[in-house]
Amino acid sequence: MTVALPVSTEPTAVPEVRRRRGLWRRLPTRAKVGALLLGAFIVAAIVGPMVSPYDPGFQNPSFGLSLHPPDAAHLLGTTQSGQDVLAQLLTGIRLTLELALGVGVIASVLSIVVGVAAGFLGGWWDEFLSLATNVFLVIPALPLLIILLGYLPQKGQLATIVVLSGLGWPWGARLIRAQTLAIRGRDFVAASRETGERTWRILAFEIVPNEVSLIAANFVNTVLYAIGASVALAFIGLADLSSWSLGTMLYWAQSQQALQLGAWWWFVPPGLAVALIGTALVLLNSGIDELGNPRLRNASEASQTAWRKLRPTDPTPVLQAAPPPRSRLAGLLHAFSRSSLLDEQDRAGNRAGRSLGRAPGSDLS
Amino acid sequence: MPFIARRVVFYLVAAWVALTINFFIPRAMPGNAVQAVMSKFPNLTPSAYRALEAMLGVGHPGSIWHQYWAYLVDISHFNFGVDVSQYPASVSSLLVQTIPWTITLVGTATLIAFFVGTALGIMAGWRRGGWLDRVLPGLMFFQAMPYFFLALILLELFAVRTHVFPLGQGYTGGLIPGWHWDFISSAIYHSLLPAFTIVIASVAGWMLQMRNLMLTTIGEDYVLAAQAKGLPNRRVIWTYATRNALLPQLQGFGLALGFVISGAIVMEIVFSYPGIGLLLLNAVTSNDFPLMQAIFLVITFAVLLANFVVDLIIVAADPRARAREVTR
Repeated sequence: MTVALPVSTEPTAVPEVRRRRGLWRRLPTRAKVGALLLGAFIVAAIVGPMVSPYDPGFQNPSFGLSLHPPDAAHLLGTTQSGQDVLAQLLTGIRLTLELALGVGVIASVLSIVVGVAAGFLGGWWDEFLSLATNVFLVIPALPLLIILLGYLPQKGQLATIVVLSGLGWPWGARLIRAQTLAIRGRDFVAASRETGERTWRILAFEIVPNEVSLIAANFVNTVLYAIGASVALAFIGLADLSSWSLGTMLYWAQSQQALQLGAWWWFVPPGLAVALIGTALVLLNSGIDELGNPRLRNASEASQTAWRKLRPTDPTPVLQAAPPPRSRLAGLLHAFSRSSLLDEQDRAGNRAGRSLGRAPGSDLS
Repeated sequence: MPFIARRVVFYLVAAWVALTINFFIPRAMPGNAVQAVMSKFPNLTPSAYRALEAMLGVGHPGSIWHQYWAYLVDISHFNFGVDVSQYPASVSSLLVQTIPWTITLVGTATLIAFFVGTALGIMAGWRRGGWLDRVLPGLMFFQAMPYFFLALILLELFAVRTHVFPLGQGYTGGLIPGWHWDFISSAIYHSLLPAFTIVIASVAGWMLQMRNLMLTTIGEDYVLAAQAKGLPNRRVIWTYATRNALLPQLQGFGLALGFVISGAIVMEIVFSYPGIGLLLLNAVTSNDFPLMQAIFLVITFAVLLANFVVDLIIVAADPRARAREVTR
């Protein structure tokens, strides 16, 4: 396709900039917001406990500091036993994110192994692994997690990670199996098989690299699941209650009647942190989704052509290149100016540029 | 094999896996669960102690396969053993007291959320870029929020600050449960805030899923063909786009049900709602393992049953599922 070059500026400058900032630019706004929000929490998790003014477990014995509302000394107030809520929150974000990351990595590896094996090996392997995947999908995870953790004598961070990962893989395995089935029949896989590649090499270098975007989206989902489940488990007391995670904060707030005592500063910050981290992940995920599936994009440009709103039932518009809106006087003046000669060319160039730019993510899907 | 028959076999396998996991967990976990329970409840009678041993598999009365068989027979008679924290109540009687509360509340609210979310998703998918699409990120915030936290916020706003709704419980204390208007109205009044929690927290998920399915379906050729025939908008939306987008949405409903119910169960704790979630909390805090295991089984079977109902609806709505019965 020929692309009309911009008239005055250096023609090479434009593609250069586009390539350098390409990925970030092409991300939908939603994904950008999600990534920034998540980044803020990750920074808080890394830096937070270092700059935290108090020890989260320190119980200030002075009577006036019990359930103190937020002020300059305690930015988020204090708990019933005089502990600083902000210090607990910062430690809690770190612990919760650590746990979620661990679960995300382990469960993702499990789902890749199961999904790829089921999709690639086929036959009885596929029957068995798919059945196991579907069975664990349909059995509700939280009650099972509750029994498993209930029986464990020590409910530390590591035990929680292991148990959550052990039940967090089926969603991903199902998606990855479907993708593997689709890839398995492609020519490049057949080619590498013909050249005598070993099975594990085909899996590691041909199949898995082609599923990276799916694996990334699934990782985000698994992290989301891990946060939700771990906070819920801690909230009902199935966690190491001497450590400070977002869930245990909520547990103590609930069990010491923060709500009835009107101490909103005790339970709102940890809950809000969970909700915001979750929102960031959901936004990021739906952004990744849109990148892979352009139909999902909601940019209002998608439903507008030449300043006319389009409904899906409208016939495909066949439009003359629409003139930019000008007042009649400006239009008259413009007709006499030299730049009117460039109009036609410019518009053709713009349209070609846009149609090129409109297929983002085609290399990711 | 017919579609429904295959699904029934699948659910039977799933139920068997759940039962088997439930049987082996106490035997595989480190630590002596019976001792833990005994030290907490020293006044159990010897017969209860023996029942507990049989349930948790300590003391080895017979081989493990013998125990397994006895366990399956017990479960098939709905005999979940004796409860330890509320001894001598049987676990089944505790379940019977609480299950109706949960099924009424969570079932109704989930159905409402599903229908409202799907309807909103159809609108958002049809009018892409409209105002519904723009509020979507805001709804995602509610979707990402844990159910119980939303419950805490709603309680703070509507029960603690303004006394519009009651502070938890299933009905006003002092009323005797029964089929009379005082009790029913009180129960409905107490269930409004928990129901709102479920609807607000889960509506966004259904809506987002339905919107994406609608957008994908609208891009299909048969929708274009319907438009090209000049069919009226309404017919294209409902008969062509929505009908086809609804089938994956229904399948998603079956799969997501476990998550929704889990969330709703934790939410019950915040409202001290007398359902199965509160029972579960009591079981957890008092190390009441027989009760915990029974609740797990009950919730699992409920989810399996609901999934089966979804399958029946899919067969009724999807000619392809019926066609498979003929060809295979």
